[in-house]
Order: sequence, then C-alpha cells, then structure tokens
Amino acid sequence: MEKFTTLSATMVAIPTENIDTDQIIPARFLKVTDKAGLGDNLFFDWRYNADGSPKADFVLNTEQGKKAKILVGGDNFGCGSSREHAPWAIMGYGFKAVISTSFADIFRNNSLKLGLLPIVVDKDTHLQLMSLIEEEPDTQVTIDLEAQTLQLPDGRKVSFPIDNFSKTCILNGVDQLGYLQSHAAAVESFEARHPARVNTLAAG
Amino acid sequence: MSSNGHPKTLFEKIWNQHVVVNEPGNPAVIYIDLHLIHEVTSPQAFTGLREKGLKVRRPDKTIATMDHGIPTTPPDIPIEDVMVIRQISQLEKNCAEFGIPLYGLNSPNRGIVHVIGPENGLTQPGMTIVCGDSHTSTHGAFGTLAFGIGTSEVEHVLATQTLLQVKPKTFAVRVDGTLAPGVSAKDIILNLISRIGIGGGTGHVFEYMGSAIRGLSMEERMTICNMSIEGGARAGMVAPDDTTFEYIAGRKHAPKGADWDAAVAEWRQLPTDDGAVFDKEIVINANELEPMITYGTNPGMGMKISDAIPDPATVKDVSERQTLDKALKYMDLQPGQPLLGHKVDVVFLGSCTNSRISDLRLAAGLLKGRKVAGNVRMMVVPGSQQVKQQAEAEGLDQIFKAAGAEWREAGCSMCIAMNGDQLAPGQYAVSTSNRNFEGRQGKGGRTFLASPLTAAATAITGQITDVRTLLG
Ligand code: SF4
Repeated sequence: MEKFTTLSATMVAIPTENIDTDQIIPARFLKVTDKAGLGDNLFFDWRYNADGSPKADFVLNTEQGKKAKILVGGDNFGCGSSREHAPWAIMGYGFKAVISTSFADIFRNNSLKLGLLPIVVDKDTHLQLMSLIEEEPDTQVTIDLEAQTLQLPDGRKVSFPIDNFSKTCILNGVDQLGYLQSHAAAVESFEARHPARVNTLAAG
Repeated sequence: MSSNGHPKTLFEKIWNQHVVVNEPGNPAVIYIDLHLIHEVTSPQAFTGLREKGLKVRRPDKTIATMDHGIPTTPPDIPIEDVMVIRQISQLEKNCAEFGIPLYGLNSPNRGIVHVIGPENGLTQPGMTIVCGDSHTSTHGAFGTLAFGIGTSEVEHVLATQTLLQVKPKTFAVRVDGTLAPGVSAKDIILNLISRIGIGGGTGHVFEYMGSAIRGLSMEERMTICNMSIEGGARAGMVAPDDTTFEYIAGRKHAPKGADWDAAVAEWRQLPTDDGAVFDKEIVINANELEPMITYGTNPGMGMKISDAIPDPATVKDVSERQTLDKALKYMDLQPGQPLLGHKVDVVFLGSCTNSRISDLRLAAGLLKGRKVAGNVRMMVVPGSQQVKQQAEAEGLDQIFKAAGAEWREAGCSMCIAMNGDQLAPGQYAVSTSNRNFEGRQGKGGRTFLASPLTAAATAITGQITDVRTLLG
C-alpha cells in the first residue's frame, strides 16, 4: 500500500446517487486474474459509445478528469457487490480519494484496505464542492489525513471521520494483514476452545 | 444466553463468541468458521499469498466452487471464453496447491456458492461465514453471521482465518401476519427495500423476526436474507428453530449422532433474548403485502405490481428526483404508467435469490399445462447441480421444456451476465435475481425484479402479470 499523508489536487464530479459497483466496473471486466488495466474500464458503460469510442462529454474522458486525483460522487457511493475491482479501477484511473455524503459498507471497507480514501462530508459541503467543480474546475482542495480535514479554497476546513486503525495503516502505507498475523498466538488459543463446527475436507 | 449481564440479540451472541482480540481503538479481530471461495474474486488473493510466501491457514474450513463465469449450456459444449477458462484453471491450480476442497466444473455438488453451502450442510447456526461475494448474507437464514468481503479480506482470511471488523449495529425487521396466496418471500424483501431504500441498512445487521418469518421455509428465509445487501445491510439473520434443524439434519456436512444432539442444544441458545435492544426497528404487516415488482435501476425502486410508476415531479429531494428521472429514462418508462400489461422479452428464473428447488416447484406448478408466450424467451437456471438433479427427478424439467422454456446447467447466468447469458440492449426482462442496476443483465438491458411466481405468470402471458389472476 502507498502512504497517504496529504494531497492537494483538483476534483471531478459524478453527482449521481447510488452509484453501484456494476457501473464503476461492469461484471464482464471481472474475468481478470490480476489487478492491472482496470482503470481503462472504469465506468465503462457511461464512458464509451457502443463502437468503443470515448464519449467526449463524460467527465473521465476530459482533461479535467485525467488530471484530477479526487472523485466526488453522489450519496451511497459504491453500493452493490463486494468486488474489489471497483476500488482497483478507481485507483487504476488515478484517483487517490473519493468524496461523498455516504458510502456503502463493503466499498468503504475495501477502499480503506487499499489506501483509497473514502471521505464522508455533510450535504452542504458536498453541494459546495459540486458548484466549485462546475464554476472553477481548476480549484484544488487539500486533504490532510493526519488532521482528518478537507480544506476548501475559502480556507474552511471540514473534518471527516475515519477509524484510527485504518488511518494509521494508510498514513504508514501498511497492509492490515500484518496486524492480523501478529495475533497468531491468540488465534491458536481461540481455536483450542472454539468448537470446530465444520470440516470441509471430511467426506460426508 | 443472558447469564452474564443484559439480554442479547442473536447477532451479539455470535459476535461475542467469535471475537479473538479486541484492542481498544482498533476494530475487533473475529474468527471465521467457514470461508467460501469462487473463481472471480479469489485469484488476486492467492497471488498475494504467493508473493508473501504464506499458506492457507485452515483449508479444512475453506471450500471453493465455480459459478459466476460458467456457461449454463450442456457440459459437452466446450467453453469458448478464454478469460473464463483462465479463471477456472487458476482456481483449480490454487485449490490444488493450497489444499482447498473444490466443487469443480464436473462435480455433482457444483453450484452458486450460496446455494451449495446450505445444501451440503456446511452452513450451520452460530457460525461466522464469509465469501468474496456480497450475497453471502444468504447464509444468515440459518442464524449465522454471514457477509461479503473484498479480495484483500479474502487474502486475510486465507492467511489467518480471521478478519478485522468494526462491530455493526442491529436492525430488527419484524414481519407479522400471513402471506396471501400469490405473495411470497421475495415480495417481503422487495417491500422492505422499497421502504427503507438501498442505503437504509448501511452499518447494520438485519434480524428478521415475527410470525410471518417463523412460518417460512428455510429456502424462503434464504431468499429474504440474500437481499439484505440490497437494503444496504451487509448481513441479515433469522434465529434458528426446528425448521432450521430439520433442514440441516442428515446433510453431507451436518453433525451426526451425539455431535448432532450437542450442536442442536447449543443452537437453541442462539435466539435473541427477551428484552434485547436493537438500534433500529421496522414492522411490516404480512397480511397487507401484495406481489412486488421493481420499475427502476436499483432494488429500492419497487412497488406493488398493480401500482403506477411514481412521478419524479412529486419527489421533493433534488438528487432523489434526478436519480428517479435517470432511472425512468434508462428503463424507457413514463411516470404514472402502470407496469401490468407491459411486454417483456425475457423471463429469467434463477440466481442465488430464487433458484432453489422450492422456487422451481412454484414456477413449474404454474407453468404445468401452459405455454410460455411466443414473444418471450424463458430461461430456467437451477442454483446448483443438486437442485438440477432433484428437479429432474421430480419431472420439473419436463414441465419447463414442454412449456417452451430453456432448461440449463447450474450457475449465476443472467443474474450477472458474465457467461454469455445476457439481455440484448433495450430488452425487458422479469428476473428473479436481486439486482436491476443499469446493464447488470447485459449492456443496455432492462430488468424488473420479481418473485418466481410473478416471473412464471409473466412468461405465460408475455406481459407483466399479477399471478393472482392465474391462480385457480
Ligand atoms: S447468482 Fe448473482 S448475485 Fe448470486 S452469487 Fe451469482 S452473480 Fe452474485
């Protein structure tokens, strides 16, 4: 995982509510066995015409989209399936953070494990960001993960929530697996007292 | 049990029994009893293990199958899609190398991952179950804590048999009363989601309770728990009872003899204690329910089948209005329009929501002696090879074929349209699956979610039909 401490970058918006993982990365692109190249298929069906040519007016095909590092989406972003291909594709395109008024649980979880920052803001801030993007597309905002703030161009700092554990992992670029591995002894003693409910190897 | 302190919910009991470590300020480390794997969300996790030189910690608590990309054409027709072939052979290789049992391509036990767990007795009350698939919530019907995870977490579970989890909140869904003829479990869950919205359960675990839920079979309870994720909850549960135990008894991996008695005694302690408190609650009157159908592009856009499509102009919230507007445009439907009588091109009976033997029996019961309308392609895709065999033993396949429906091999099929089973752009389908997102069943395809009965009724008339008009 890459470290994330602060980021000053421009944003683009896909303001639709309930953007589901089938839109973020349609299922036919899930036949891969690695993570490479998914960014090219991000929002595929919204982004390309039937003949495969890019839709000029879709934000990810614009210069603004290509240089933005922050994606602003509508409420309940990332609902639907558990496919980690969704955050892989978003990161593959070049985004480092997604801002919304809320995220679906699994998408948020997956993102935090990868170091893609899901930032929840209130409705007013969200509206303000949307109009900023529309009126002054080159506006930069600054994310400070340590301070858990998003700084707007007018100087206002908006706090966002993140659990301490994920925050520490992302600040240091550390995979969460290491923490689980550090508890191997506790797992062994847990197993000793926990009923073995099922054995998939047992012929039945 | 409430022996130590306050009355507890089913969820809290299972949670407490599985916390391995809970350091202040960190999410809990919870133990996973059963890990289900399929070909689409696991390859990168195995790559991760190899890169780090790790083994699978408990292959005996892990099981794999293939379902998402598998063709549902007869087994003697070779698979054409090279990417699907690659995913299949990756899974075979990964399972062989790491010692994981696999219900592979030609196994009589192969099927949709959420169908085979219960039918082989792997899914048992009180367990924690995960899978790289959001509809893992299905297994909650047995009084398990079961939820979908991402591929990073698949790797975590493979390596450590544990997961990091922030404790979710609880949400009681009480359904009292009796369902009218023609109304089924699918209608209960579509009704719930239409009320709370697809984000309504975010951060929560549902517990379905009440007399209507108690009266449901295990397969019906699975249909409801399956779509918990469509209500935003990662998991949904039903307390285990005699219906649960009867279903499990005698299945392949079920405890036997004295182990069985001990297990049942333990399982009887699981139901929520009197006086236990939930963070949220909703009550549904089963007597008032009617067959449901969705009209939009998310599962929360549902209504009674006889209702008219809502008008965006009456929606106050701006972004909600835009969402509905966009959905109706995609569906090419008008505000105020009824859906009854709307022509469809395809009827899909299948998916982990509604592809079990009882679903097939219901649909076959209606199709018996009738024909699928000339304008409709009906696909029947059993959830597993075991379901397929059972259906064939009962002659259901003959009923479907005689009616003009396609009888296929088991798999996810047109639920996710990865295997070539898909809608053409612009086509309308009534589907018994769980998601009607744009393009979910094929690019440009348009999905109406409904119950197996509504699907069968629609297949017969060629247009969206209230099944109650066809019941004798
Ligand atoms: S049937 Fe559909 S929802 Fe169920 S596991 Fe397969 S693709 Fe997912």
